[in-house]
Amino acid sequence: MTVSKKNPGRTGLSAVAKLRPFLSPYRGMFAAMMVCTVLVGVFNTALPLFQQYAFDNFIAGKTLSGIGPFVALYVACLLATMALDYVASYDCCKLEMYTLRDMRRAAFDHLQTLSVSYFNVNSVGRVHARVMSDTSNIASIVSWDVYQGGWNVTYVLSAVVIMFALDAVLAACVLAVVPVVALASMYFRRRLTALNRSVREINSHITGGFNEGITGVATSKTLAVEGKLDARFFSDTDRMRREATRLGHHRALFYSMIGFASSVALALVLWYGGAIAMEDIGWLGTLTVFMTYAQGIMSPVQWSVDAIADLITVKVNAERLSALLSARSDVRDSPEVIEKYGDTFRPKKENWEPLYGDVEFEDVTFRYPDGEEYVLEHFDLKVPRGTNVAIVGETGAGKSTLVNLVCRFYEQTEGRVLIDGRDARERSIGWLHSHIGYVLQTPHLFSGTVRENLLYGREDATDEQIMDACRSVNADKVIARLKDGLDSQVGEGGGALSTGEKQLLSFARAVLADPAIFVLDEATSSIDTLTEDLIREAIERLMRGRTSFVIAHRLSTIRSADVILVVKNGKIVERGGHEELLRRRGHYYRLYIEQFREEKMKSAFTDKQE
Amino acid sequence: MEGKNSNKKLNNAGLLLFFLRGSKLLFAASMVAGFVTTLLSVVIPQIISFTIDCVIGGERPEGLFLRLAALFGGTDAFRRDVWMIAVLIAAIAAATAVFQYFSVYLNGRANQTLMRRMRDLLFSHIQRLPLGWHSAHRTGDIIQRCTSDADVISNFISNQLVSLFRIIILVALSLALMFVMDVYLALIAAAFIPILVGYSVAFYSRARKSFKKCDEEEGVLSSLAQENLTGVRVVRAFGREGYERAKFERQNVYYTGLWVRIEKFLAAYWTTNDFLAALQCMLLIVVGTVFCINGDISEGDLVAFISYNTMLMGPVRQLGRIISNMSRAGVSVARIGEIINADEEEYGEAYPVRGDIEFRNVGFCYEEGKPVLRDVSFKVPQGGTLGILGSTGSGKSTLMYLLDRLYPVTEGKITIGGKDLEDIPPAAVRSSIGFVLQEGYLYSGTVAQNIAFAADGCGRDEVEGAARVACVDENIRSFASGYDTIVGERGVTLSGGQKQRVSIARTLLRKTPVLIFDDSLSAVDSATDAAIRSALSREFGGATVIFISHRVTTVMNADNIIVLEGGRVAEQGTSAELLARGGIYKRIYDMQMSLPEDVEEE
Repeated sequence: MTVSKKNPGRTGLSAVAKLRPFLSPYRGMFAAMMVCTVLVGVFNTALPLFQQYAFDNFIAGKTLSGIGPFVALYVACLLATMALDYVASYDCCKLEMYTLRDMRRAAFDHLQTLSVSYFNVNSVGRVHARVMSDTSNIASIVSWDVYQGGWNVTYVLSAVVIMFALDAVLAACVLAVVPVVALASMYFRRRLTALNRSVREINSHITGGFNEGITGVATSKTLAVEGKLDARFFSDTDRMRREATRLGHHRALFYSMIGFASSVALALVLWYGGAIAMEDIGWLGTLTVFMTYAQGIMSPVQWSVDAIADLITVKVNAERLSALLSARSDVRDSPEVIEKYGDTFRPKKENWEPLYGDVEFEDVTFRYPDGEEYVLEHFDLKVPRGTNVAIVGETGAGKSTLVNLVCRFYEQTEGRVLIDGRDARERSIGWLHSHIGYVLQTPHLFSGTVRENLLYGREDATDEQIMDACRSVNADKVIARLKDGLDSQVGEGGGALSTGEKQLLSFARAVLADPAIFVLDEATSSIDTLTEDLIREAIERLMRGRTSFVIAHRLSTIRSADVILVVKNGKIVERGGHEELLRRRGHYYRLYIEQFREEKMKSAFTDKQE
Repeated sequence: MEGKNSNKKLNNAGLLLFFLRGSKLLFAASMVAGFVTTLLSVVIPQIISFTIDCVIGGERPEGLFLRLAALFGGTDAFRRDVWMIAVLIAAIAAATAVFQYFSVYLNGRANQTLMRRMRDLLFSHIQRLPLGWHSAHRTGDIIQRCTSDADVISNFISNQLVSLFRIIILVALSLALMFVMDVYLALIAAAFIPILVGYSVAFYSRARKSFKKCDEEEGVLSSLAQENLTGVRVVRAFGREGYERAKFERQNVYYTGLWVRIEKFLAAYWTTNDFLAALQCMLLIVVGTVFCINGDISEGDLVAFISYNTMLMGPVRQLGRIISNMSRAGVSVARIGEIINADEEEYGEAYPVRGDIEFRNVGFCYEEGKPVLRDVSFKVPQGGTLGILGSTGSGKSTLMYLLDRLYPVTEGKITIGGKDLEDIPPAAVRSSIGFVLQEGYLYSGTVAQNIAFAADGCGRDEVEGAARVACVDENIRSFASGYDTIVGERGVTLSGGQKQRVSIARTLLRKTPVLIFDDSLSAVDSATDAAIRSALSREFGGATVIFISHRVTTVMNADNIIVLEGGRVAEQGTSAELLARGGIYKRIYDMQMSLPEDVEEE
């Protein structure tokens, strides 16, 4: 594709142009909505003409002849308006909801193809807002604003046409007020937007204040600082009152001015039109038409100013959405790999080879995309099938790097990671992931039933297989405790379960996947002893016979590992077996003793209670 | 600000009046201005009517108009100078604008005053509710009441009630004038009002359930996305992107369909509602034309009549929505009333409290029949140190909550300096005890502000001094903005250990005669723990210090050590005594001081 013409004036539109793919499927609906809303506008503008006819023909002529057809036409007009408006507004809603659905779908689906690194750089909250709120703003503006825009523009245009057709000078009287209203709207719009923003900000301070006062209540009482917190909070509420009152002042001024402007238009109409009507009593109806327009035309003008502001925000929303949609994953399969193994949503499982379980790091150098320092430099490590690798180090030392590379959450900067002797990049990410069992430090469950969560490991597992897997990691005890067994709801984020229970279930989920490679990020926080023992047992069973990478905190896990890697400040400082590292009396030695003491401290009390 | 008399419970109406104190006059002024605005706005159609009939039509004005016209030099003057009509309308419009401004402005001001009072009252009241109340309520729920429910109340008063009032006045005035002009026409106009209001009340009351359902379903969709994003590693590692896509798609399509179905009804409602209103207008024009030809009504009156009707229809059509939303206010008032009607602690006067602390057979339970502490007795002389060793759930923190009067003792007695704790007001107790909680809360603001928060008039020197004793000075200096680093909700997240040490520094600055450390070194390593304790004994030698911990090294140098087990004192004595006894303390000591077997072999 060639580079499009450089045209700085159109950059704003270009973001909106990116929305075209979402709108084009609904071209028909869009067209129907536009046609209907324009017709509704025309009918609405035409209604005062009935009044005019009544005055100028029936009343002025003091005759009722022709009133039958008049009423019939009038009712027909109203019915047509109703039908057209129904089509327009229903179509508009469909347009809103369908484009919203499509944008959310596109955003969500695209996110599924991005690597983990994307989510480390972009906070979940922000990405979530792109999927949920930005799309919703766009959808509402491309539908409702267009629908109302069609009506408003039509109303103004046809009113102008009718007025000029009736009397040019009188039309000019009415239109004289329009620029004043437009200017005032623009001025106030800006002020109101700024004030609104500041009010919203203070409001979030106030909510934060409530949160602070309530979550920190024990601290506040022990420090006896209730009075000071009151003073802080009161200064926020006072600022709020002042700022919001200013907002109210501007709003009041604005509405009063608009009201005044339309009355002035009315006065002008009466002045000039009254003089004409004195000469020609048959002109009374025309006068009423002008009076109606003088008052009706102001709100479309006001609306158009709002619509311009909406367009500015939709531009921002559209830019954000299109940035998300065009984000490219750091870790991607090459076209050849996709050709053979398929992509995220169309895997060609028939071409997937089994994974045996040898992993090798060959001269790997790595730096995080957002980091400056190399955390791995010319790193070599052979992990033959069935080897258990433990990674230890202090919190925040960078223990997850190796795991990130094994799982291809990130791509090494240089060197190769070999899986079964072949470069991992020769086969698809989907293939690799289908052979990895992964358990997080903070176990992540999805809302839904226990079964749905376990099936995450293997879609087609039978209940029998699920229960087998659960038994092998002691998770059957968790399920036995639940009222509805496998059909129990786990709540949002697994909230209905304890951390220990979630952990056991996530082990079961990993077992069901029957992975060749097992990755575990052990929890640091202690769980009650009973669960602790169950978990220890489960981990041992899971690791047996599998290539595993464990970010380890438990002494038992560390001791039983074949290779221990000691990480400090992001780098691997020591490696070897447990005995060997202890003898060296280096960093590992100190870590080990500290960890031992920690565990003892916790168990000193709990052991005793048994 | 004056609080609520704590013994009196307020009902819904009483609560509203209580909140309205200070803003009632403003609301009244706004309503008066609104009333005048309405009065003025019904004058304009009268002028139009007069213009059409008398100025343009040349009829003789009647009654009031005759006398008013005379003021300006009679109808003829207007006929000669039609511009006078324009000036008159503009003048009335200007007056209307001024009154409208005041009505809207004063209403906003009144509403803000009301909101301020409501928020302030809630905030200081909640601060002063006992800890027991707080543990019985969820934070999210309380915040929800203080924000959303407060908004509903403010909207009810400043918007719904005021609109209702304005609409009723407008309807009454316009209808009255319409009846004066023509009874039959007015009857036609009036007949539609209950129909339109009833229609919209019926619609909104029924639609509310559907709207709520839609909101809920969008919430489900939103949390699906949320869970997918937070669980991205799990999704990737299990290769379940396709499954996630299908799950999201299902809900996405379901939610969309739900909305589209509702909108179908909404579109039908709006368009039929529009149709009814337009039909009424048509009837008035047709019947009005007939009456006009028969001479029952003048042309000018007919135009005025139609103007009034247009003026009426907008507000009348809002009425249904307002009425159906008003029912929500009652629920919100009740929810806030529940907070306001809860009893505050009685703080009393703050004064320094000193002397030996003694627990005599103290027992406590949070829930009836589930004792947390039983028969606890010990004594800490003024200036002495006490160590309390126990596991999670042994009741060691509760023991100190009782001492700080955060919860009332249910059995036995605590005395300070021989005086019953019940007779020392909480304000005095808490100003004399520096209690560092296990997870102290850091307020939003800088580190320096946090440390100085509980002490009055502290300079930077003193803040840094306290931070040095708490061994956190170095950490703070390593932050990019040092002591001016923002912490709390919107700021930098400190590690657990840093938070604990900032909390300690904050409490030290209060220079209280009693210091309690409730496991407040749990996230700090043993070496730092020791360094803090030695700095403490150097700088705060004269204070009574109580350490609560599950770490033997933290308590072992105390003058007296209590080992708590299941809410009872299992052992008591100095470290040496307890070691000699060979009981639980010795067991814990040995375990915590031992080295791993494989290390000892070396």
